[in-house]
Amino acid sequence: MNFWQRIRPQDGNLLPWQLGVLLVFLGVWQLASRDAQLAFFLGEPVQVAGRIWSWFLPWSVAPNALFPDGLAGMADIYRHLGVTLLETFLAFGIGTLLGLVFGLWLALAPLASAILDPYIKAANAMPRVILAPIFAMWFGLGIWSKVALAVTLVFFIVFFNVYQGVREVSPVVLANARMLGASHRQLLRTVYLPSATAWVFSSLHTSVGLAFVGAVVGEYLGSARGVGYLILQAEGTFDVNTVFAGIVVLTAFALLLDGLVGRIERRLMKWQPRQGETDRL
Amino acid sequence: MADFALELLNLTCTFRSRQPGLPAYTAVADTSLCIRAGEFVSVVGPTGCGKSTLLNIGAGLLAPTAGEVRVFGERLSGINRRAGYMFQSDALMPWRSALDNVMLGLQYRGLPDSQARAQAQAWLERVGLGDFGDRFPHQLSGGMRKRTALAQTLALDPDIILMDEPFSALDIQTRQLMEDEVLALWAAKRKAVLFITHDLDEAIAMSDRVVVLSAGPATHPIGEFTIDLPRPRHVAEVRSEPRFVELHSQIWSVLREEVLKGYQQQLSKAA
Repeated sequence: MNFWQRIRPQDGNLLPWQLGVLLVFLGVWQLASRDAQLAFFLGEPVQVAGRIWSWFLPWSVAPNALFPDGLAGMADIYRHLGVTLLETFLAFGIGTLLGLVFGLWLALAPLASAILDPYIKAANAMPRVILAPIFAMWFGLGIWSKVALAVTLVFFIVFFNVYQGVREVSPVVLANARMLGASHRQLLRTVYLPSATAWVFSSLHTSVGLAFVGAVVGEYLGSARGVGYLILQAEGTFDVNTVFAGIVVLTAFALLLDGLVGRIERRLMKWQPRQGETDRL
Repeated sequence: MADFALELLNLTCTFRSRQPGLPAYTAVADTSLCIRAGEFVSVVGPTGCGKSTLLNIGAGLLAPTAGEVRVFGERLSGINRRAGYMFQSDALMPWRSALDNVMLGLQYRGLPDSQARAQAQAWLERVGLGDFGDRFPHQLSGGMRKRTALAQTLALDPDIILMDEPFSALDIQTRQLMEDEVLALWAAKRKAVLFITHDLDEAIAMSDRVVVLSAGPATHPIGEFTIDLPRPRHVAEVRSEPRFVELHSQIWSVLREEVLKGYQQQLSKAA
Protein backbone atom coordinates (compact mmCIF):
# COMPACT_ATOMS: atom_id res chain seq x y z
CA MET A 1 0.00 0.00 0.00
CA ASN A 2 2.75 2.37 0.98
CA PHE A 3 4.67 1.45 -2.16
CA TRP A 4 1.62 2.20 -4.33
CA GLN A 5 1.19 5.55 -2.61
CA ARG A 6 4.64 6.47 -3.80
CA ILE A 7 4.36 5.38 -7.44
CA ARG A 8 0.72 6.14 -8.19
CA PRO A 9 0.25 8.71 -11.00
CA GLN A 10 0.64 12.26 -9.76
CA ASP A 11 2.12 15.54 -10.97
CA GLY A 12 5.69 14.56 -10.15
CA ASN A 13 5.99 11.27 -12.01
CA LEU A 14 4.09 11.86 -15.23
CA LEU A 15 7.12 11.12 -17.42
CA PRO A 16 7.72 7.58 -16.09
CA TRP A 17 4.05 6.84 -16.51
CA GLN A 18 4.05 8.25 -20.05
CA LEU A 19 7.05 6.05 -20.89
CA GLY A 20 5.30 3.14 -19.21
CA VAL A 21 2.30 3.49 -21.51
CA LEU A 22 4.66 3.41 -24.52
CA LEU A 23 6.49 0.33 -23.23
CA VAL A 24 3.27 -1.57 -22.52
CA PHE A 25 1.99 -0.69 -25.99
CA LEU A 26 5.22 -1.84 -27.65
CA GLY A 27 5.33 -4.98 -25.51
CA VAL A 28 1.78 -6.02 -26.41
CA TRP A 29 2.52 -5.27 -30.05
CA GLN A 30 5.71 -7.34 -29.96
CA LEU A 31 3.90 -10.27 -28.28
CA ALA A 32 1.08 -10.13 -30.79
CA SER A 33 3.54 -10.16 -33.67
CA ARG A 34 4.90 -13.57 -32.62
CA ASP A 35 1.98 -14.92 -34.59
CA ALA A 36 3.36 -14.92 -38.16
CA GLN A 37 0.01 -14.08 -39.76
CA LEU A 38 -0.60 -11.12 -37.45
CA ALA A 39 2.98 -9.99 -37.99
CA PHE A 40 2.31 -9.81 -41.72
CA PHE A 41 -0.37 -7.18 -41.14
CA LEU A 42 0.82 -5.48 -37.96
CA GLY A 43 4.58 -5.57 -38.38
CA GLU A 44 7.02 -6.08 -35.56
CA PRO A 45 8.31 -3.28 -33.34
CA VAL A 46 11.84 -4.68 -33.24
CA GLN A 47 11.97 -4.87 -37.03
CA VAL A 48 10.54 -1.36 -37.29
CA ALA A 49 13.31 -0.14 -35.00
CA GLY A 50 15.86 -2.00 -37.10
CA ARG A 51 14.51 -0.33 -40.25
CA ILE A 52 14.89 3.10 -38.65
CA TRP A 53 18.44 2.20 -37.60
CA SER A 54 19.39 1.31 -41.18
CA TRP A 55 17.77 4.49 -42.48
CA PHE A 56 19.55 6.86 -40.17
CA LEU A 57 22.86 5.28 -39.11
CA PRO A 58 25.89 4.32 -41.19
CA TRP A 59 26.96 1.43 -38.89
CA SER A 60 26.05 -2.15 -39.75
CA VAL A 61 25.08 -4.68 -37.07
CA ALA A 62 26.24 -8.28 -37.29
CA PRO A 63 23.58 -11.05 -37.26
CA ASN A 64 22.33 -11.72 -33.73
CA ALA A 65 19.33 -13.16 -31.88
CA LEU A 66 17.05 -10.18 -32.60
CA PHE A 67 18.15 -9.63 -36.18
CA PRO A 68 19.08 -13.01 -37.71
CA ASP A 69 20.07 -11.32 -40.97
CA GLY A 70 21.96 -8.50 -39.29
CA LEU A 71 21.33 -4.80 -40.03
CA ALA A 72 22.76 -2.85 -42.91
CA GLY A 73 23.85 0.68 -41.98
CA MET A 74 22.61 2.44 -45.08
CA ALA A 75 22.00 5.97 -43.74
CA ASP A 76 20.01 6.57 -46.91
CA ILE A 77 16.89 8.34 -45.64
CA TYR A 78 18.40 11.81 -45.51
CA ARG A 79 17.90 12.43 -49.21
CA HIS A 80 14.20 11.54 -48.91
CA LEU A 81 13.69 13.35 -45.65
CA GLY A 82 15.43 16.42 -47.07
CA VAL A 83 13.09 16.46 -50.06
CA THR A 84 10.01 16.12 -47.87
CA LEU A 85 11.15 18.88 -45.52
CA LEU A 86 12.11 21.13 -48.43
CA GLU A 87 8.63 20.69 -49.88
CA THR A 88 7.12 21.42 -46.48
CA PHE A 89 9.08 24.63 -45.98
CA LEU A 90 8.53 25.85 -49.53
CA ALA A 91 4.80 25.18 -49.28
CA PHE A 92 4.64 26.80 -45.88
CA GLY A 93 6.49 29.91 -47.02
CA ILE A 94 4.66 30.37 -50.30
CA GLY A 95 1.27 29.53 -48.81
CA THR A 96 1.73 31.92 -45.89
CA LEU A 97 2.90 34.76 -48.13
CA LEU A 98 0.02 34.31 -50.57
CA GLY A 99 -2.49 34.00 -47.75
CA LEU A 100 -1.15 37.16 -46.12
CA VAL A 101 -1.27 39.20 -49.32
CA PHE A 102 -4.71 38.01 -50.39
CA GLY A 103 -6.11 38.24 -46.88
CA LEU A 104 -4.94 41.82 -46.47
CA TRP A 105 -6.17 42.79 -49.91
CA LEU A 106 -9.64 41.30 -49.57
CA ALA A 107 -10.14 42.52 -46.02
CA LEU A 108 -9.31 46.08 -47.07
CA ALA A 109 -11.36 45.93 -50.28
CA PRO A 110 -14.89 45.06 -49.14
CA LEU A 111 -16.33 45.22 -52.66
CA ALA A 112 -13.83 42.73 -54.08
CA SER A 113 -14.39 40.41 -51.15
CA ALA A 114 -18.17 40.62 -51.61
CA ILE A 115 -17.80 39.65 -55.27
CA LEU A 116 -15.36 36.82 -54.65
CA ASP A 117 -17.06 35.52 -51.51
CA PRO A 118 -18.91 32.52 -53.04
CA TYR A 119 -15.80 31.39 -54.93
CA ILE A 120 -13.62 31.57 -51.85
CA LYS A 121 -16.18 29.53 -49.94
CA ALA A 122 -16.32 26.98 -52.77
CA ALA A 123 -12.54 26.74 -53.03
CA ASN A 124 -12.29 26.19 -49.31
CA ALA A 125 -15.05 23.58 -49.24
CA MET A 126 -13.51 21.58 -52.10
CA PRO A 127 -11.54 18.50 -50.95
CA ARG A 128 -8.23 19.83 -52.19
CA VAL A 129 -6.33 16.54 -52.09
CA ILE A 130 -8.23 15.79 -55.28
CA LEU A 131 -6.12 18.46 -56.99
CA ALA A 132 -3.02 16.28 -56.66
CA PRO A 133 -3.44 14.51 -60.06
CA ILE A 134 -3.93 17.86 -61.77
CA PHE A 135 -0.83 19.31 -60.12
CA ALA A 136 1.09 16.17 -61.14
CA MET A 137 0.05 16.86 -64.73
CA TRP A 138 0.95 20.53 -64.54
CA PHE A 139 4.16 20.40 -62.57
CA GLY A 140 5.40 16.85 -63.20
CA LEU A 141 6.47 14.34 -60.58
CA GLY A 142 9.21 16.54 -59.06
CA ILE A 143 8.84 18.52 -55.88
CA TRP A 144 6.72 21.34 -57.32
CA SER A 145 3.54 19.29 -57.67
CA LYS A 146 3.80 18.45 -53.95
CA VAL A 147 4.54 22.05 -53.04
CA ALA A 148 1.50 23.16 -55.01
CA LEU A 149 -0.75 20.69 -53.21
CA ALA A 150 0.54 21.71 -49.79
CA VAL A 151 0.24 25.41 -50.72
CA THR A 152 -3.48 24.98 -51.36
CA LEU A 153 -3.82 23.54 -47.87
CA VAL A 154 -1.75 26.23 -46.13
CA PHE A 155 -3.10 29.14 -48.13
CA PHE A 156 -6.67 28.93 -46.92
CA ILE A 157 -5.76 28.59 -43.26
CA VAL A 158 -3.57 31.69 -43.39
CA PHE A 159 -5.92 33.55 -45.69
CA PHE A 160 -8.94 33.18 -43.43
CA ASN A 161 -6.96 34.06 -40.35
CA VAL A 162 -5.52 37.23 -41.89
CA TYR A 163 -8.92 38.19 -43.22
CA GLN A 164 -10.40 37.74 -39.77
CA GLY A 165 -7.47 39.52 -38.13
CA VAL A 166 -7.78 42.62 -40.26
CA ARG A 167 -11.52 42.77 -39.79
CA GLU A 168 -11.18 42.54 -36.04
CA VAL A 169 -8.63 45.30 -35.63
CA SER A 170 -9.90 47.31 -32.69
CA PRO A 171 -11.70 50.39 -34.07
CA VAL A 172 -10.28 52.43 -31.20
CA VAL A 173 -6.68 51.48 -32.03
CA LEU A 174 -7.42 52.36 -35.65
CA ALA A 175 -8.99 55.71 -34.77
CA ASN A 176 -6.08 56.44 -32.45
CA ALA A 177 -3.53 55.75 -35.20
CA ARG A 178 -5.45 58.03 -37.55
CA MET A 179 -5.56 60.80 -34.94
CA LEU A 180 -1.81 60.43 -34.47
CA GLY A 181 -1.47 61.21 -38.15
CA ALA A 182 -0.98 57.84 -39.85
CA SER A 183 -1.23 57.80 -43.64
CA HIS A 184 -2.88 54.87 -45.42
CA ARG A 185 0.49 53.23 -45.91
CA GLN A 186 1.47 53.72 -42.28
CA LEU A 187 -1.88 52.31 -41.15
CA LEU A 188 -1.20 49.19 -43.20
CA ARG A 189 2.30 48.80 -41.81
CA THR A 190 1.70 49.67 -38.16
CA VAL A 191 -1.87 48.52 -37.55
CA TYR A 192 -3.21 46.03 -40.07
CA LEU A 193 -0.04 44.02 -40.64
CA PRO A 194 0.92 43.44 -36.97
CA SER A 195 -2.67 42.63 -36.14
CA ALA A 196 -2.86 40.15 -39.01
CA THR A 197 0.49 38.63 -38.04
CA ALA A 198 -0.87 37.81 -34.62
CA TRP A 199 -3.61 35.80 -36.28
CA VAL A 200 -1.16 34.13 -38.65
CA PHE A 201 0.87 32.99 -35.68
CA SER A 202 -2.15 31.59 -33.95
CA SER A 203 -2.69 29.42 -37.04
CA LEU A 204 0.97 28.53 -37.48
CA HIS A 205 0.75 25.17 -35.75
CA THR A 206 -2.10 24.10 -37.99
CA SER A 207 -0.52 25.40 -41.17
CA VAL A 208 2.91 23.82 -40.60
CA GLY A 209 1.19 20.52 -39.90
CA LEU A 210 -0.87 20.82 -43.06
CA ALA A 211 2.16 21.75 -45.16
CA PHE A 212 3.75 18.50 -43.98
CA VAL A 213 0.59 16.52 -44.70
CA GLY A 214 0.35 18.06 -48.18
CA ALA A 215 3.95 17.20 -48.98
CA VAL A 216 3.68 13.59 -47.82
CA VAL A 217 0.29 12.94 -49.46
CA GLY A 218 1.62 14.45 -52.68
CA GLU A 219 4.60 12.11 -52.59
CA TYR A 220 2.41 9.16 -51.79
CA LEU A 221 0.29 9.82 -54.87
CA GLY A 222 3.24 9.83 -57.23
CA SER A 223 6.88 10.73 -56.85
CA ALA A 224 10.45 9.52 -57.14
CA ARG A 225 11.72 10.79 -53.80
CA GLY A 226 10.57 11.65 -50.29
CA VAL A 227 9.35 9.80 -47.23
CA GLY A 228 5.92 9.40 -48.81
CA TYR A 229 7.65 7.70 -51.74
CA LEU A 230 9.45 5.29 -49.36
CA ILE A 231 6.13 4.34 -47.80
CA LEU A 232 4.57 3.86 -51.21
CA GLN A 233 7.44 1.59 -52.30
CA ALA A 234 7.25 -0.47 -49.11
CA GLU A 235 3.53 -0.88 -49.49
CA GLY A 236 4.08 -2.22 -53.00
CA THR A 237 6.20 -5.07 -51.61
CA PHE A 238 3.96 -5.70 -48.57
CA ASP A 239 6.83 -4.58 -46.33
CA VAL A 240 4.64 -3.47 -43.44
CA ASN A 241 7.61 -2.85 -41.12
CA THR A 242 8.99 -0.18 -43.43
CA VAL A 243 5.54 1.44 -43.69
CA PHE A 244 5.39 1.66 -39.91
CA ALA A 245 8.96 2.93 -39.75
CA GLY A 246 7.99 5.67 -42.22
CA ILE A 247 5.01 6.58 -40.06
CA VAL A 248 7.20 6.79 -36.95
CA VAL A 249 9.74 9.02 -38.72
CA LEU A 250 7.01 11.31 -40.05
CA THR A 251 5.40 11.59 -36.63
CA ALA A 252 8.72 12.44 -35.00
CA PHE A 253 9.43 15.17 -37.53
CA ALA A 254 5.89 16.57 -37.28
CA LEU A 255 6.45 16.88 -33.52
CA LEU A 256 9.83 18.52 -34.15
CA LEU A 257 8.33 21.08 -36.54
CA ASP A 258 5.57 21.81 -34.06
CA GLY A 259 8.12 22.40 -31.30
CA LEU A 260 10.10 24.70 -33.58
CA VAL A 261 6.98 26.75 -34.34
CA GLY A 262 6.22 26.91 -30.64
CA ARG A 263 9.66 28.40 -29.95
CA ILE A 264 9.41 30.97 -32.72
CA GLU A 265 5.93 31.87 -31.54
CA ARG A 266 7.06 32.41 -27.97
CA ARG A 267 9.88 34.65 -29.14
CA LEU A 268 7.86 36.80 -31.54
CA MET A 269 4.59 36.97 -29.65
CA LYS A 270 5.93 38.06 -26.31
CA TRP A 271 3.63 41.08 -26.36
CA GLN A 272 0.63 38.81 -25.95
CA PRO A 273 -0.57 38.14 -22.45
CA ARG A 274 -0.12 34.49 -21.56
CA GLN A 275 -2.10 32.85 -18.85
CA GLY A 276 -0.59 33.42 -15.46
CA GLU A 277 2.04 35.87 -16.65
CA THR A 278 0.21 38.93 -15.41
CA ASP A 279 0.10 37.40 -11.96
CA ARG A 280 3.81 36.82 -11.90
CA LEU A 281 4.82 40.33 -12.87
CA MET B 1 -12.33 85.18 -34.58
CA ALA B 2 -9.08 83.26 -34.66
CA ASP B 3 -8.82 83.23 -30.87
CA PHE B 4 -11.16 80.28 -30.91
CA ALA B 5 -9.20 77.07 -31.16
CA LEU B 6 -12.17 74.89 -31.98
CA GLU B 7 -15.60 75.95 -33.13
CA LEU B 8 -18.43 73.50 -33.57
CA LEU B 9 -21.11 75.45 -35.41
CA ASN B 10 -24.78 74.35 -35.70
CA LEU B 11 -23.85 70.69 -35.82
CA THR B 12 -26.41 68.05 -36.55
CA CYS B 13 -25.48 64.42 -36.79
CA THR B 14 -27.98 61.82 -37.96
CA PHE B 15 -27.21 58.11 -38.16
CA ARG B 16 -29.06 56.08 -40.72
CA SER B 17 -30.25 52.79 -39.32
CA ARG B 18 -28.63 49.70 -40.87
CA GLN B 19 -31.87 47.78 -40.79
CA PRO B 20 -34.33 49.18 -43.32
CA GLY B 21 -37.61 50.29 -41.82
CA LEU B 22 -36.18 51.60 -38.57
CA PRO B 23 -36.12 55.38 -38.27
CA ALA B 24 -32.90 57.34 -38.52
CA TYR B 25 -31.39 58.40 -35.22
CA THR B 26 -30.38 61.99 -34.63
CA ALA B 27 -27.65 61.95 -32.03
CA VAL B 28 -26.81 65.64 -32.01
CA ALA B 29 -29.11 68.45 -33.13
CA ASP B 30 -28.16 72.03 -33.87
CA THR B 31 -25.35 72.25 -31.39
CA SER B 32 -22.78 74.99 -31.22
CA LEU B 33 -19.76 74.96 -28.96
CA CYS B 34 -16.69 77.16 -29.13
CA ILE B 35 -13.47 76.71 -27.23
CA ARG B 36 -10.91 79.46 -26.91
CA ALA B 37 -7.22 78.77 -27.22
CA GLY B 38 -5.96 77.70 -23.82
CA GLU B 39 -9.42 77.12 -22.39
CA PHE B 40 -10.45 73.97 -20.52
CA VAL B 41 -14.07 73.13 -21.34
CA SER B 42 -15.95 70.15 -19.99
CA VAL B 43 -19.10 68.72 -21.46
CA VAL B 44 -21.37 66.77 -19.13
CA GLY B 45 -24.57 64.98 -19.94
CA PRO B 46 -26.48 61.80 -19.22
CA THR B 47 -25.23 58.47 -20.59
CA GLY B 48 -25.80 57.90 -24.26
CA CYS B 49 -26.51 61.53 -25.04
CA GLY B 50 -24.08 61.87 -27.93
CA LYS B 51 -21.13 63.40 -26.11
CA SER B 52 -18.69 61.13 -27.90
CA THR B 53 -20.33 61.89 -31.23
CA LEU B 54 -19.61 65.56 -30.63
CA LEU B 55 -15.99 64.80 -29.84
CA ASN B 56 -15.54 62.55 -32.87
CA ILE B 57 -16.86 65.33 -35.07
CA GLY B 58 -14.40 67.74 -33.52
CA ALA B 59 -11.61 65.24 -34.17
CA GLY B 60 -12.63 64.84 -37.79
CA LEU B 61 -13.22 61.10 -37.35
CA LEU B 62 -16.90 61.65 -38.11
CA ALA B 63 -18.40 64.07 -40.62
CA PRO B 64 -21.47 65.97 -39.37
CA THR B 65 -24.71 65.72 -41.33
CA ALA B 66 -25.05 69.49 -41.18
CA GLY B 67 -23.05 72.34 -39.72
CA GLU B 68 -19.36 72.93 -39.78
CA VAL B 69 -16.23 72.63 -37.68
CA ARG B 70 -13.62 75.35 -37.64
CA VAL B 71 -10.12 74.86 -36.30
CA PHE B 72 -8.35 78.14 -35.55
CA GLY B 73 -10.73 79.80 -37.99
CA GLU B 74 -10.21 77.32 -40.79
CA ARG B 75 -12.86 74.94 -41.97
CA LEU B 76 -12.06 71.34 -41.06
CA SER B 77 -12.20 68.55 -43.59
CA GLY B 78 -10.81 65.12 -42.80
CA ILE B 79 -8.80 64.42 -39.66
CA ASN B 80 -8.15 67.34 -37.34
CA ARG B 81 -4.36 67.51 -37.51
CA ARG B 82 -4.04 70.04 -34.70
CA ALA B 83 -5.91 67.90 -32.20
CA GLY B 84 -4.81 65.06 -29.96
CA TYR B 85 -7.45 62.58 -28.86
CA MET B 86 -7.47 60.56 -25.68
CA PHE B 87 -9.92 57.71 -25.92
CA GLN B 88 -12.18 56.25 -23.29
CA SER B 89 -11.04 52.68 -23.87
CA ASP B 90 -7.55 51.33 -24.42
CA ALA B 91 -6.13 52.67 -27.64
CA LEU B 92 -2.55 51.52 -27.23
CA MET B 93 -1.23 48.97 -29.69
CA PRO B 94 -0.83 45.75 -27.73
CA TRP B 95 2.12 44.65 -29.90
CA ARG B 96 4.20 47.74 -29.17
CA SER B 97 5.97 48.49 -25.93
CA ALA B 98 5.03 51.62 -23.98
CA LEU B 99 7.94 53.56 -25.49
CA ASP B 100 7.14 52.40 -29.02
CA ASN B 101 3.54 53.43 -28.49
CA VAL B 102 4.51 56.91 -27.35
CA MET B 103 6.86 57.41 -30.31
CA LEU B 104 4.22 56.24 -32.79
CA GLY B 105 2.89 59.69 -33.68
CA LEU B 106 6.40 61.08 -34.00
CA GLN B 107 7.31 58.24 -36.37
CA TYR B 108 4.20 58.96 -38.43
CA ARG B 109 5.48 62.50 -38.77
CA GLY B 110 8.69 61.17 -40.25
CA LEU B 111 11.00 61.94 -37.34
CA PRO B 112 14.13 59.76 -37.33
CA ASP B 113 13.77 56.87 -34.87
CA SER B 114 16.55 58.05 -32.55
CA GLN B 115 14.98 61.49 -32.10
CA ALA B 116 11.49 60.05 -31.75
CA ARG B 117 12.77 57.64 -29.12
CA ALA B 118 14.45 60.38 -27.10
CA GLN B 119 11.35 62.58 -27.14
CA ALA B 120 9.10 59.66 -26.27
CA GLN B 121 11.34 58.72 -23.36
CA ALA B 122 11.16 62.32 -22.08
CA TRP B 123 7.37 62.18 -22.22
CA LEU B 124 7.26 58.85 -20.45
CA GLU B 125 9.37 60.37 -17.69
CA ARG B 126 7.03 63.34 -17.49
CA VAL B 127 4.09 61.04 -16.79
CA GLY B 128 6.16 59.06 -14.28
CA LEU B 129 6.81 55.97 -16.38
CA GLY B 130 10.47 56.50 -17.26
CA ASP B 131 11.43 52.97 -16.23
CA PHE B 132 8.52 51.23 -17.90
CA GLY B 133 9.26 51.99 -21.55
CA ASP B 134 9.99 48.39 -22.45
CA ARG B 135 6.79 47.00 -20.97
CA PHE B 136 3.96 45.89 -23.19
CA PRO B 137 0.48 47.29 -22.49
CA HIS B 138 -0.75 44.05 -20.95
CA GLN B 139 2.08 44.27 -18.43
CA LEU B 140 0.95 47.71 -17.25
CA SER B 141 -1.84 48.56 -14.84
CA GLY B 142 -4.92 50.47 -16.00
CA GLY B 143 -3.53 53.73 -14.63
CA MET B 144 -0.15 53.19 -16.27
CA ARG B 145 -1.82 52.50 -19.59
CA LYS B 146 -3.71 55.79 -19.27
CA ARG B 147 -0.47 57.61 -18.53
CA THR B 148 1.11 56.04 -21.58
CA ALA B 149 -1.87 57.09 -23.68
CA LEU B 150 -1.56 60.61 -22.26
CA ALA B 151 2.14 60.72 -23.17
CA GLN B 152 1.30 59.38 -26.62
CA THR B 153 -1.23 62.14 -27.19
CA LEU B 154 0.85 64.97 -25.74
CA ALA B 155 4.09 63.91 -27.46
CA LEU B 156 2.76 65.45 -30.66
CA ASP B 157 2.22 68.76 -28.85
CA PRO B 158 -1.33 69.25 -30.18
CA ASP B 159 -2.98 72.67 -29.89
CA ILE B 160 -6.31 71.10 -29.05
CA ILE B 161 -6.73 68.13 -26.74
CA LEU B 162 -9.90 66.08 -26.93
CA MET B 163 -10.61 63.74 -24.05
CA ASP B 164 -13.44 61.24 -23.97
CA GLU B 165 -14.05 60.15 -20.37
CA PRO B 166 -10.38 59.19 -20.21
CA PHE B 167 -10.40 58.26 -16.54
CA SER B 168 -13.79 56.57 -16.23
CA ALA B 169 -12.24 53.11 -15.98
CA LEU B 170 -9.85 54.01 -13.17
CA ASP B 171 -10.35 53.66 -9.45
CA ILE B 172 -11.02 56.85 -7.53
CA GLN B 173 -7.52 57.39 -6.08
CA THR B 174 -5.70 56.80 -9.37
CA ARG B 175 -8.27 58.98 -11.01
CA GLN B 176 -7.70 61.98 -8.76
CA LEU B 177 -3.96 61.57 -9.16
CA MET B 178 -4.26 61.58 -12.94
CA GLU B 179 -6.66 64.52 -12.91
CA ASP B 180 -4.12 66.56 -10.96
CA GLU B 181 -1.37 65.52 -13.36
CA VAL B 182 -3.41 66.50 -16.38
CA LEU B 183 -4.16 69.85 -14.77
CA ALA B 184 -0.47 70.45 -14.07
CA LEU B 185 0.52 69.52 -17.64
CA TRP B 186 -2.25 71.69 -19.00
CA ALA B 187 -1.26 74.65 -16.82
CA ALA B 188 2.29 74.44 -18.18
CA LYS B 189 1.29 74.47 -21.85
CA ARG B 190 -2.19 76.05 -21.84
CA LYS B 191 -3.74 74.13 -24.69
CA ALA B 192 -7.41 74.15 -25.55
CA VAL B 193 -9.08 71.14 -23.96
CA LEU B 194 -12.47 69.66 -24.70
CA PHE B 195 -13.15 67.19 -21.93
CA ILE B 196 -16.11 64.83 -22.02
CA THR B 197 -17.30 63.27 -18.80
CA HIS B 198 -20.40 62.10 -17.02
CA ASP B 199 -18.86 62.97 -13.67
CA LEU B 200 -19.95 66.45 -12.63
CA ASP B 201 -17.35 66.66 -9.81
CA GLU B 202 -14.57 65.98 -12.24
CA ALA B 203 -15.95 68.51 -14.73
CA ILE B 204 -16.16 71.35 -12.17
CA ALA B 205 -12.86 70.59 -10.53
CA MET B 206 -10.91 70.70 -13.78
CA SER B 207 -12.61 73.19 -16.10
CA ASP B 208 -12.94 76.86 -16.88
CA ARG B 209 -16.37 76.22 -18.29
CA VAL B 210 -18.90 73.41 -18.02
CA VAL B 211 -21.49 72.78 -20.74
CA VAL B 212 -24.52 70.65 -19.93
CA LEU B 213 -26.06 68.61 -22.71
CA SER B 214 -29.65 67.43 -22.85
CA ALA B 215 -30.59 63.76 -22.91
CA GLY B 216 -30.57 62.17 -26.38
CA PRO B 217 -31.81 61.86 -29.03
CA ALA B 218 -31.24 65.25 -30.64
CA THR B 219 -28.85 66.37 -27.94
CA HIS B 220 -28.19 70.07 -27.59
CA PRO B 221 -26.60 72.27 -24.93
CA ILE B 222 -29.04 73.42 -22.26
CA GLY B 223 -26.75 75.22 -19.88
CA GLU B 224 -23.34 76.77 -19.65
CA PHE B 225 -21.50 77.60 -16.44
CA THR B 226 -18.28 79.50 -15.93
CA ILE B 227 -16.21 77.96 -13.18
CA ASP B 228 -14.52 80.82 -11.36
CA LEU B 229 -12.61 78.75 -8.85
CA PRO B 230 -9.02 79.94 -8.44
CA ARG B 231 -6.16 77.97 -9.97
CA PRO B 232 -4.01 76.02 -9.43
CA ARG B 233 -6.51 73.53 -8.11
CA HIS B 234 -6.22 70.16 -6.51
CA VAL B 235 -9.19 68.08 -7.43
CA ALA B 236 -9.51 66.43 -4.03
CA GLU B 237 -9.32 69.71 -2.10
CA VAL B 238 -11.36 71.94 -4.35
CA ARG B 239 -14.40 69.78 -3.75
CA SER B 240 -14.85 71.06 -0.21
CA GLU B 241 -14.82 74.76 -1.12
CA PRO B 242 -18.18 76.55 -0.68
CA ARG B 243 -18.04 77.97 -4.21
CA PHE B 244 -17.59 74.44 -5.58
CA VAL B 245 -20.63 73.21 -3.67
CA GLU B 246 -22.65 76.17 -4.89
CA LEU B 247 -21.71 75.58 -8.53
CA HIS B 248 -22.32 71.89 -8.13
CA SER B 249 -25.87 72.37 -6.93
CA GLN B 250 -26.55 74.95 -9.65
CA ILE B 251 -25.39 72.67 -12.43
CA TRP B 252 -26.90 69.57 -10.90
CA SER B 253 -30.35 71.20 -10.83
CA VAL B 254 -30.10 71.51 -14.62
CA LEU B 255 -28.49 68.14 -15.17
CA ARG B 256 -30.73 66.13 -12.85
CA GLU B 257 -33.81 66.31 -15.00
CA GLU B 258 -31.84 65.25 -18.07
CA VAL B 259 -30.31 62.33 -16.25
CA LEU B 260 -33.77 61.15 -15.21
CA LYS B 261 -35.04 61.63 -18.76
CA GLY B 262 -32.11 59.65 -20.13
CA TYR B 263 -32.75 56.88 -17.63
CA GLN B 264 -36.43 56.70 -18.56
CA GLN B 265 -35.48 56.41 -22.23
CA GLN B 266 -33.12 53.57 -21.48
CA LEU B 267 -35.86 51.78 -19.55
CA SER B 268 -38.37 52.16 -22.37
CA LYS B 269 -35.75 51.08 -24.93
CA ALA B 270 -35.03 47.95 -22.94
CA ALA B 271 -38.71 47.14 -22.51
